[in-house]
Amino acid sequence: MTEQGTTHVIEVTINGQLYSRTVEARQLLVHFLRDTLDLTGTHIGCDTGSCGACSIILNGKLVKSCMMLAPQADGAVIETVEGLAQNGELNPLQESFSRNHGLQCGYCTPGMLMAGTYLLRENSNPTEEEVRRGIKGNICRCTGYVNIVQSIMDVAGGHGPEQAEGMVGEEQR
Amino acid sequence: MQGEGSFIDDLGIHGQGYAWFVRSPYAHARIVSVDVSAAMALQGVYAVLTGDEAKEMCLVPFVQIAPGDGSRIEEWPLAVDKVRYQGDAVAVVLADSRDTARDAAELVEVEYEPLTVVVDGVEAAEPTASVLHEKAETNVAWHGVFDYGDVDFALENADHVVKIDRLHFHRFSSTPLECNGAVVDWDKGSGVVDVKSNIQMPLFAAMVIGPALGVPINKFSFSSRDIGGAFGNKIAFYPQIAALALLSKKAGRPAKWTEYRTEHMLSSTHGNERTFLDIEVPVMADGTILGVKARAVDDVGAYLHYEPLGAVIWSQVTAGCYKFKNVQIDFTSVVTNKCPVAPNRGYSRMQHLWMLERVIDIVAHELDFDPVELRKTNFVQPEDYPYLTPNGCVYDSGNLPLALDMALELADVDAWRRRQKELGTGTGKRIGIGIGSTLDSGTNNFGQARIMNPDLPFSGNGEAAFAKLDLYGEVNINLGTTPQGQSHETTSAQVAADILNMSPDDVTVTIGFDQAHNSFVGFSGTYASQFAVTGLGAVMGAVAKLRDEILEVGAFALQAPKDDLELRNGACVVKDDPSRSIPFIGIANLIYTNNAVLPRELSAKIDLNCRYVYVPPFEVPDVERKMGNLTLTYAIQIHVCVVEIDEETGVVEILSYAAIDDCGKRINPQVVEGQVHGAAGLGIAAALYESFEYDEDGQLQEPSFYEYHAGTAMDIPDIRTGNIESPSPFTPNGAKGMGEGGGAALHTICNAIQDALGKDGAVVFDSHNTWERVYELLQSSQGSEPRGVRVISREVGPA
Repeated sequence: MTEQGTTHVIEVTINGQLYSRTVEARQLLVHFLRDTLDLTGTHIGCDTGSCGACSIILNGKLVKSCMMLAPQADGAVIETVEGLAQNGELNPLQESFSRNHGLQCGYCTPGMLMAGTYLLRENSNPTEEEVRRGIKGNICRCTGYVNIVQSIMDVAGGHGPEQAEGMVGEEQR
Repeated sequence: MQGEGSFIDDLGIHGQGYAWFVRSPYAHARIVSVDVSAAMALQGVYAVLTGDEAKEMCLVPFVQIAPGDGSRIEEWPLAVDKVRYQGDAVAVVLADSRDTARDAAELVEVEYEPLTVVVDGVEAAEPTASVLHEKAETNVAWHGVFDYGDVDFALENADHVVKIDRLHFHRFSSTPLECNGAVVDWDKGSGVVDVKSNIQMPLFAAMVIGPALGVPINKFSFSSRDIGGAFGNKIAFYPQIAALALLSKKAGRPAKWTEYRTEHMLSSTHGNERTFLDIEVPVMADGTILGVKARAVDDVGAYLHYEPLGAVIWSQVTAGCYKFKNVQIDFTSVVTNKCPVAPNRGYSRMQHLWMLERVIDIVAHELDFDPVELRKTNFVQPEDYPYLTPNGCVYDSGNLPLALDMALELADVDAWRRRQKELGTGTGKRIGIGIGSTLDSGTNNFGQARIMNPDLPFSGNGEAAFAKLDLYGEVNINLGTTPQGQSHETTSAQVAADILNMSPDDVTVTIGFDQAHNSFVGFSGTYASQFAVTGLGAVMGAVAKLRDEILEVGAFALQAPKDDLELRNGACVVKDDPSRSIPFIGIANLIYTNNAVLPRELSAKIDLNCRYVYVPPFEVPDVERKMGNLTLTYAIQIHVCVVEIDEETGVVEILSYAAIDDCGKRINPQVVEGQVHGAAGLGIAAALYESFEYDEDGQLQEPSFYEYHAGTAMDIPDIRTGNIESPSPFTPNGAKGMGEGGGAALHTICNAIQDALGKDGAVVFDSHNTWERVYELLQSSQGSEPRGVRVISREVGPA
């Protein structure tokens, strides 16, 4: 603790549970979630608010939790990736990611799931273009986004990207 | 998926401190003084370690593999006497919180005396350049000439010679979304250095830093859990681990370090940046390309980590997909005041293959050949496999012409060619169609290191795996690899389940890597496109042993001959009378807790714990002639794309993108597809958006994702895929490693832009083509400036 740090007591509801904690003024919301509350599902991938790995839903809006200070979240209702599954059962979006191989290393996945959740709430039947726009703020280095887009479209009941029609295979020998 | 992954920042040890590195703002400077007093005075600071202290605590500098002048390049856990790139670590602080450590790091006062900076690789090789490592007296870490066939004869006698002044493969990296991290605990009592980290070749790290720290390998305890992407960029951060170990030793408590993004961009690793000069290509009138001659200068950054291995790794694909026999490459590895490089996805082969694909395309344009026909004329043909290449490497299997045809069809090229014609000129838009053929060479023979340095005691390759029945009959597998999303656990379970004839859901594969499992060899890790061969080869061997042991015990328990038995769904049964059976729990009981029941010969030789090392069939290469079988497998990828370029802005939009891959037997098609998408995505982004550039003061211009434009879902198009399976005759399962991909996207995008620039257009000379550069290429296509390419044709007189 630094001598000059000021602290605040904040109350936040996360995934339906109320937490009351004392935080330093300068603590980022993402560090509050990860270090103070041990909710390590929300990840950090950059320091400029560019990558989306820290995405959560706060008061109904998709927010990058690294771009907020913990004191700013006082009184907020927050959803993180830990709240998606119910009673250990994956929700339909998570099931779709699993089925469609929408993750490889899994590091961007919590952010993608929150972005996907928010996108589908706003638009339950998005086009491929709308899905891509909806996850534009989430960087993935592993998948090339193809299966992530497919995962979100699949749960929406829309058609997958043209890839599904363009599949060609051939056996040799 | 549920936020319950265990990435390195999620882990910790009771009593740990948080580490923060103090890094140089200068690219090249003498360290005059380091004053840590203000930092130490801050409440909550446990310890600060400086470069001089770190050197004092070490026995020797890090193990280093370059010969000659390069061997005198020294590196310690922290910078000593000099800093050599912006971000070079000068000190490291340990404190009670991340914020305290960061605050304290800012209080460390370092006085620098700036020196002349060198950021151009070609200039750095000149004798007049400012020298980074005084003891080496040169920036040339390695130099050698690879000479196969007789390219000079070919150049003198060919119908045409195409000369290209310069091609440049740019500096970028896969920038995994998770940065590096480690929790390092040097335990005074036991002398064990426990390292939890996301390093992807843990034993390589141990072998390099062990001698420096005075810690034998068996006193290290490396482990990893989930890794958030690596792509080769997590191979070489062992200096940080060594510094943290010393910090932990000094402070008497564990040191946890989580790299932040800017720190990663500055000081983690970049990919090799390679300049090709004076390229000469002899071509016959019928389009047969006879070879290529070039100089290559590889800019490897300020310190040698995995380098100069890159100086020889490219020769796994000396002639790329093509049949020519005459290749001469004059290769120089040079240090510069930039971030050190590490084997970024595609390592060293991608750079060379890109150059070859540019050459094919430029030859096609200059000599009016159809790029498709020119490739087919020069491709290794399906009937040629196994194909012996000019330097002794053997291409195992494949069908390049078919892959090309499939890619063209998948990308709808016929329709786009018509569209391109219709579009004509003067509409403000241009369409370009590009092909990129590439190889992903997998499973290295580390003997090639001797071609770079004959004194290195390295050769072959291998991977280990461990399969057992646990006390209640559970099937468990431990791997030697460090998976980062390539589904090693899933595919291993699949392979094991096939051998044991049970459901993969009942096979447990331990997540992550742990040295304590003792399922590793020196080469263990995940890199070099080899898991499907080495990792799965090891799993197959271990599980086959386990199967045999289970049957042995079952034969005794069921009083039946072994040949009458089989395994079914977790039990050993008599084939013709399944009512006679014993479940795995019964087998385990006999060996683990009930062994007096067994005959002594049986309990003496069976323990249900089976370790197996897969060793590929390699020999030591011929160092004199720089020849040998350097790689076991060659996966193929051919990509085709259609781009539209806006003449007013240079913006490139991808209209169609297709990728065909052939990795032999596909163990898990969905996983393979994922790798193809991923490699293409990174390649497209590198070709159009991602680049690490330094200004003349050695300041990195893209130190965060704000400037470094990592490809997003709006930038990467939908990727259509198709595949061929040409099983490898050389691997246990017919599969080939394929994760890296060979950089096909870079070749494809560059060739598409070239096509859009048209006949007599400017030459795409760089692998990185932002809208600005494309705009410049469009402008210079109209001008009369030298294009950097010349064709010399032999007069063919009457006979």
